[in-house]
Amino acid sequence: MTATLVFEQALNGLQFGLMLFLLAAGLTLVFGIMDMINLAHGSFYMLGAFMAASIANVSGSFWLAVFLAVPITAVIGMLLEMSLLRVLYTRDHLSQVLATFALVLIINEVVRLVWGTDASLSPPQSLANPVELYEGLSYSAYRLAIVVLGLIVAGCLYLLIAKTRFGMRLRAGASNRTMAYMMGGDVSRLFTLVFGLGAGLAALAGAALGPILAVQVGMGESILILTFVVIVIGGVGSIRGALIGAVLVGMIDTMGRVFIPMFLRLTMPSHYSSDVGPALASILIYVLMAAVLYWKPQGLFPARNG
Amino acid sequence: MIKLRLAVACLALVGVSSLATAEEVVKIGYASTLSGPTAAIGGDIKDGFDLFLKSKDGKLGNLKAEVIVTDNGLKVDAEKQNVNRLLKREKVDFMTGGVFGAMYMPVLPEILASETFYLAPNSGLKDYAGAKCSPYLFTVGFQNEDHSPGMAKYMNDANFKSIYLVAAAGPGGREVLDGFKRHYKGAYEEMFTKLGQVDYAAEIATIRAAKPDAIFTFLPGGMGISFMKQYVSAGLNKDIPVYMPGYNADEDSLKSLGEVLLGTLNTSHWAHDLDNAANKKFVEAFKANYKRLPSMYAAQGYDVAQLIDSAVKAVKGNLSDKAAVRKALEAANFESVRGYFKFNKNHMPIHDIYMREVVKNDAGVVTNRTIAKVVDKQQDPFVGDCNMPG
Repeated sequence: MTATLVFEQALNGLQFGLMLFLLAAGLTLVFGIMDMINLAHGSFYMLGAFMAASIANVSGSFWLAVFLAVPITAVIGMLLEMSLLRVLYTRDHLSQVLATFALVLIINEVVRLVWGTDASLSPPQSLANPVELYEGLSYSAYRLAIVVLGLIVAGCLYLLIAKTRFGMRLRAGASNRTMAYMMGGDVSRLFTLVFGLGAGLAALAGAALGPILAVQVGMGESILILTFVVIVIGGVGSIRGALIGAVLVGMIDTMGRVFIPMFLRLTMPSHYSSDVGPALASILIYVLMAAVLYWKPQGLFPARNG
Repeated sequence: MIKLRLAVACLALVGVSSLATAEEVVKIGYASTLSGPTAAIGGDIKDGFDLFLKSKDGKLGNLKAEVIVTDNGLKVDAEKQNVNRLLKREKVDFMTGGVFGAMYMPVLPEILASETFYLAPNSGLKDYAGAKCSPYLFTVGFQNEDHSPGMAKYMNDANFKSIYLVAAAGPGGREVLDGFKRHYKGAYEEMFTKLGQVDYAAEIATIRAAKPDAIFTFLPGGMGISFMKQYVSAGLNKDIPVYMPGYNADEDSLKSLGEVLLGTLNTSHWAHDLDNAANKKFVEAFKANYKRLPSMYAAQGYDVAQLIDSAVKAVKGNLSDKAAVRKALEAANFESVRGYFKFNKNHMPIHDIYMREVVKNDAGVVTNRTIAKVVDKQQDPFVGDCNMPG
């Protein structure tokens, strides 16, 4: 086990965690403020990636693609909220799950009709090559850029929520929904904006991860499960919880995938360890979730107290 | 009395018409994976199959071909329902279309028990190459191990001392690596990744720390695309070259990866530039029809259609004589686009394996170029375990 390996894995974990955070931030707000389980959140992630891919292919500019894909997806999210999802707020969670799951299937098929099953998105030319961080470690420049992007977005979100009037309303809604209703204000417009914000952040994650992962139909579902784990660990409705939870999940997942098989290889024959290692690594985060639920059933940073 | 006569006449008519369909139509059940994240491979196989059918005006062996297409969406229960329908309601003469062993393996016992011929267009499984071999199963694509020995021999010759093997978990990945290890003489470490995994940062960090001479990967479809993109952007491809079986470096992957794969060596039983008349005709027709280069998968689909055509012709449309149909299939009397092609005793293909390199052709398109034949008449190592009923 070398220092380089640990350092590289820490960077990978941070990068993965920050992208999970972009997804979890929107999901936790929608869940926390509107008490709405939105399985279609992953679909915005996919839409963002496909949108960015086709804009990049037409215009040739990756940055323009990201810049446009995010607001377009946010608008789609807001339109969906106003037309369809709004009806679901008063219904029970089962109806919400069924309706948004239907939405997942519909959006998947629409994407397949419009774009096909997959699309290709390349990182911008300026970030295509690896950078040498120090002797012996060249790291993907693009992954590094994602880390920076994730940190900037996290900072902006903090300012938005802690320092602005909009943020104050958000916090009020997340900590005590009924009371926030009672105090008046334009609640339905707030909900639409929150939904748009969540969809936009998910699209940003999709567009940013597109060049390193495959842009394909169904990409949203696999990452959505992890996102739910993040908000359960972090505490529903809490942005800070989402950030800590996401980085925790990202770190543990990537570290586990390297070090558990490595450790097992020392203790058992290679054909066993290559089977057991990945299996053990992939349950680690669920063990973490179970532990958090046991000791802190509300999550690490519960936002709600009523 | 008149009523009775009418009824008899009607019955006779029904009888005659059903006889007529039995003679004039060859019914093909095409149970495939045509949607979901790995749909591209199934789509290519079907395009190849359709191309041959079209070139014969929708006829196979002078009979009108009725192809009933079903899609399992990469779900085993859907596949079970589809196959049930094709066997029991449609009573098809031939079955084909299976892309992934994991999908068609669970339904194979039922198909074979019903004495319906299954012509596997893609991967051939170890069990069915050995002890479970069946007179009704013919694998037209390849046996899972077929691409590995050629590459292992190349790596022995290149004197690689230590390598890393990376494969997707599942029977396919295991068999591809088994075939490699059977022939590779140096030291190796192996690593299995989750099916459908998209982020390989952890695996790449492990490989960087292990510093092998080279890596050999088997990650089909989207998995290979993600892995290679990340491998290149981590700057590892300069120090640790990647080798792969042809399943990972064909047109479907090149479409997304393009120049990333330039220079990659891979082994395959087919290449679009193989110099034989059948292949030239196929490649030209495919390009004219679909405006793209055919993949290995499309070539396999085309061969399946050719095989059915040859067998129906040989039995003169009398498909109820199963023994004769089996003989005709075993003869494989058609010009395969891969050149040499024979069925082994276990009904797995015997074919030549070629080394290919990913290059940019004169038109600026990134594609494969054949370098040399590396294995003459490759056959799988399981044929000895097969006790084919006579």
